[in-house]
Amino acid sequence: MKRKEGASFLSRLFVYLRKHKKSLVMILVASVLGVASTLALPLLFGRAADAIVGEGKVDFNALWIFLTVAGVLAVVNSVMEWITEWTGNKIANSITCRIRRDAFNSLQRAPLKIIDRRPIGEILSVEIGDADKMSDGLILGFSKFLTGILTIVGTLVCMFIINPVIAVVVGLITPLSLFTAKFITGRTYSTFKSQAEITGKQTDVIEQSLGNLAAVKTNNAEKRYAENFDEINSELGKDSFKAIFYSSLTNPTTRFINALVYAAVAFTGAMLALNGGALTVTAGTLLSLLGFANKYAKPFNEISSVLAELTGAKACAERLFAIIDGEKEESEEGKADVKQPVRGEIEIKNLEFSYDRSRPLIRDFNLSVERGQKVAIVGPTGCGKTTLINLLMRFYEIDSGVIKIDGVDTRGVNKRSLRSSFGMVLQDTWIRKATVWENIAIGKKDATREEIEEACRQCFADGFIRRLPKGYDTVISEDALSQGQKQLLCIARVMLVLPPILILDEATSNIDTRTEIKIQRAFDRLTKGKTSFIVAHRLSTVKTADIILAMKDGNVVEQGDHAFLMGKKGFYYSLYTSQFEKN
Amino acid sequence: MKRVLGYIKKYGKEAFFAPVFKLLEAILELLIPLIVANIIDEGINGKVVGSVYRGVIIMVVFAAVGLAFSVLGQYFSAKAATGFARDLRGALYKKLLNSPLRVTDGIGVSAMITRTTSDVNQAQTGVNLFLRLLLRSPFVVVGAVIAAVLINAEISLVFVGVVVCLSVVVFIIMKITVPKYGEAQGKLDEVALAARENLTGVRVVRAFGVEEDEKKSFAQKTGAYEKIQNFAGKISSLLNPLTFATVNIGIIVLIYLGGIKVEVGILSQGAVVALYDYMSQILVELVKFANLIVTVSRAVASAKRIDKVLSNDEKEEIYEKIKISDEYMEFKGVAVNYGNGVRAVSDITFSVKKGQTIGIIGGTGSGKSTIVNLLPRLYDTSEGFLAVEGYDIKSYTPEEMREKVGIALQRPAVFEGTIRSNVLLGKQDASDEEILQAVDLAQATDILKAKGGLDAKIEQGGRNLSGGQRQRLALARALVKKPEILVLDDSSSALDYATDLNLRRAIAGLSYRPTVFIVSQRTASVKGADEIIVLDEGKTVGKGTHEYLMKTCETYREIEFSQTDGGLAL
Repeated sequence: MKRKEGASFLSRLFVYLRKHKKSLVMILVASVLGVASTLALPLLFGRAADAIVGEGKVDFNALWIFLTVAGVLAVVNSVMEWITEWTGNKIANSITCRIRRDAFNSLQRAPLKIIDRRPIGEILSVEIGDADKMSDGLILGFSKFLTGILTIVGTLVCMFIINPVIAVVVGLITPLSLFTAKFITGRTYSTFKSQAEITGKQTDVIEQSLGNLAAVKTNNAEKRYAENFDEINSELGKDSFKAIFYSSLTNPTTRFINALVYAAVAFTGAMLALNGGALTVTAGTLLSLLGFANKYAKPFNEISSVLAELTGAKACAERLFAIIDGEKEESEEGKADVKQPVRGEIEIKNLEFSYDRSRPLIRDFNLSVERGQKVAIVGPTGCGKTTLINLLMRFYEIDSGVIKIDGVDTRGVNKRSLRSSFGMVLQDTWIRKATVWENIAIGKKDATREEIEEACRQCFADGFIRRLPKGYDTVISEDALSQGQKQLLCIARVMLVLPPILILDEATSNIDTRTEIKIQRAFDRLTKGKTSFIVAHRLSTVKTADIILAMKDGNVVEQGDHAFLMGKKGFYYSLYTSQFEKN
Repeated sequence: MKRVLGYIKKYGKEAFFAPVFKLLEAILELLIPLIVANIIDEGINGKVVGSVYRGVIIMVVFAAVGLAFSVLGQYFSAKAATGFARDLRGALYKKLLNSPLRVTDGIGVSAMITRTTSDVNQAQTGVNLFLRLLLRSPFVVVGAVIAAVLINAEISLVFVGVVVCLSVVVFIIMKITVPKYGEAQGKLDEVALAARENLTGVRVVRAFGVEEDEKKSFAQKTGAYEKIQNFAGKISSLLNPLTFATVNIGIIVLIYLGGIKVEVGILSQGAVVALYDYMSQILVELVKFANLIVTVSRAVASAKRIDKVLSNDEKEEIYEKIKISDEYMEFKGVAVNYGNGVRAVSDITFSVKKGQTIGIIGGTGSGKSTIVNLLPRLYDTSEGFLAVEGYDIKSYTPEEMREKVGIALQRPAVFEGTIRSNVLLGKQDASDEEILQAVDLAQATDILKAKGGLDAKIEQGGRNLSGGQRQRLALARALVKKPEILVLDDSSSALDYATDLNLRRAIAGLSYRPTVFIVSQRTASVKGADEIIVLDEGKTVGKGTHEYLMKTCETYREIEFSQTDGGLAL
């Protein structure tokens, strides 16, 4: 099972790697050449050292040759290393960029139920954090993994060629390197994991308490939070100590093993030199061998840390792939556009819908809206008023029944054209960090300045926009504007496009009531002859509607105009009268 | 910096021993090449087997002792760094928790989180690396150079040359890459923002059918990020190759010069090998040292930010208790300045009798919340005074006032936990009966039903609750302590009229008859109040009962008109 996952992860990665065949070959060649030159250098230095045996016995000819070759190799070595590292970087950056785009693009086609279900922070942490971690892992993987293995193998081979005895001695110490590397990374990994968990918990506490400081203070709860924090904090202190201490053991142990290898090489080498015979070594070979010994242990640690990084990167990549492979809305290709011009007749028949199959919500709902009618949806908090909007816009698909626009089943037309028939202003305003101008033109990219200014004048946003530091060219963001100002901009967006059908979901809830009246008038002027759906809890807003849908617990309990529903003295009546009842 | 560094004092012992042990290890390491030189010169070239044995045994012993020293060094340094970080984090958190809101407002929530988490971590890493490498790296570099000088002064110039070259290389590369990585971070922030906006605005994006535009703009942003990352990567991946090249060329020069010296008998072959060894050691340490500089400079920047928070000692003033008013509560010429020089409200004057209900009404930004936030001393008056039971509110401690006042804030705070734990925040020792009573008063009984009782889980930030549910839960919290003064700061804005009405009735019927402040944008919510204060842009524009205001106050009349039948009916 696990292996299969790993394999699928790798095969996914290979798909992204395909574009980089040339670069991969380059890395491969550069690593081989780089490692070879890295290994050749101590050899040459050794030979050079051998040329300087003692007073009056220095062979300058040989010395010159060896050192010149070494110089060339040193340059080659550096260039190759640079190519390896840089190309690795480039491939990793490119893959990360493409995976990130694929995840983003996949989300553009994900059904809203998928997006609504997950906290935004969670998706973002995959799109941003995980992608970056994966990139780090890949960079290390490309630049360190291959060279690490090549170095270990190459070192052993070189040592073996120079002196098999010493190579065997070094080889015998290898398991020790492997064991300690494994031990340390294993320990480090688990302590880092528990450290990360406790850090997450602590961040939660910080975020909740400092983010709601006024609430903490008014309840005199500072002490309780401080105590709670102390507990987690000392736990974190312990875990951090473990994580830092264990991970910091890597270097000393590497140095220790290096020193052992070093001593072993020095000893065996010296003894062989003293004994003479076929396997004898010179001072120069000893220098080469010591040079190799110095290079030998380090890659073990590097590889094990790269492996740990890659394991992390794999987990990150899997989360990204899960988004990329996530459920998508079915293709709309081939589906017709809504027939133009849109008249704006809506018919709903036998509609059934629920967010969760086990808890039925809307049952057998029927509605017929003629062109130009105003439909108001009212009901207490949380009665599911926005559900209807979700269905009209096909943000969610209905379970059964049918919704028709101008007599055509909405499932038979493509969503893009369906949605462009509606103009929607939601209670939750959405402003992106961009100029006012760009924010308003989102639905009509080619709108002229005049058109935009006109739309803003219509909804009384022009005034405050002009008072902004750079007017329409001011870059605005979520927290720079008041809730009411943001709503005005959202209304301006729709005013600019003015589609045949309007949906206003508490569109003016944060605008002071005096301005609201003016906007309402503007809407009425502009929507004359247009079908509109209005969600409101201000009942006075909806009195003039042609059809009022009174909703409760997700269901439409009453339907009719104001006079009819008041006469019924039912649910709508009680809602309406509660507003004006004297205390 | 002083305050931050003060937290390391407690770990003085560890902070002392860590570098000392690392130094001892370094000394041992520096001796190794000399031993090897001895093995070559005396052992191999001089054919003395004993000196080979002796040399190798010393090497192994040094390795083992060095390991022990090093582990001890890492231990003490980890102890000091994590202990320091833990204390600093705790102190910082408590500092923020106990700072007046005017101070924390200036910092902002996300900055506060960054300070207590990543800034403290940076400082921890900095201390840890600093203790470990402070003595070691410079010592190894200097020691290797000195050893080289001792072996041969002339050849040691090569060392000096290499050290200088490496420093220049490291300096130049960092000079280029550090700001580039900063820029890259900025581009990544843009990518993150685009991803976030796309998710928060998913309905708008789809309603306008602009998914393709979104894809294009995201691709462009990720592309810009990739480009700058590639550039930074290209330069920073020069670091290793250039250092290796410098050292290798240094070694070539070294061996050549060594050859000349050996030829004339000034130097031995073993000494050349030893010099070669020292060169390799310098390389490793300089790379580490460059790392240290980067980390420490980051840590210093973090420590400075933390220090700024820690050294702000602003506190609520506590005045002497002198009777200044005969009313139960009196606002006299009150002005509040949030610190940016602009007065949020000014010249607010009215008095309150015990048990009265006061309505405060006005548009957004008219200063309604500012007035009621004075009661639990979340903020203080900057001009005039507010007297409670005859004494200036500033003569009560914030804790005293917060005991007296139950407030449901405009932005209802709901915490991760259960419904019970959320209500209990208002009164730690409340019985279940008291909780249920408060929940009932707050019209929140249906939340209990919907979520499954008092122990129903509440997610962080009350994500699994609607806006209205959050408001009612916060209300229950304010009600559970049966406060002497009850403040509802726009606490029913997300409630429908029927629920709002029931809530007001329930509060009017409370047996302990608290003094109630109701802040609202709706006239319906304040209509029944004994006195209504009408605010407009921070100034009182009307004062009196509903009927009186309808006759005298133009603003009030307009608000009323816009919210009742005549208004939006058009």
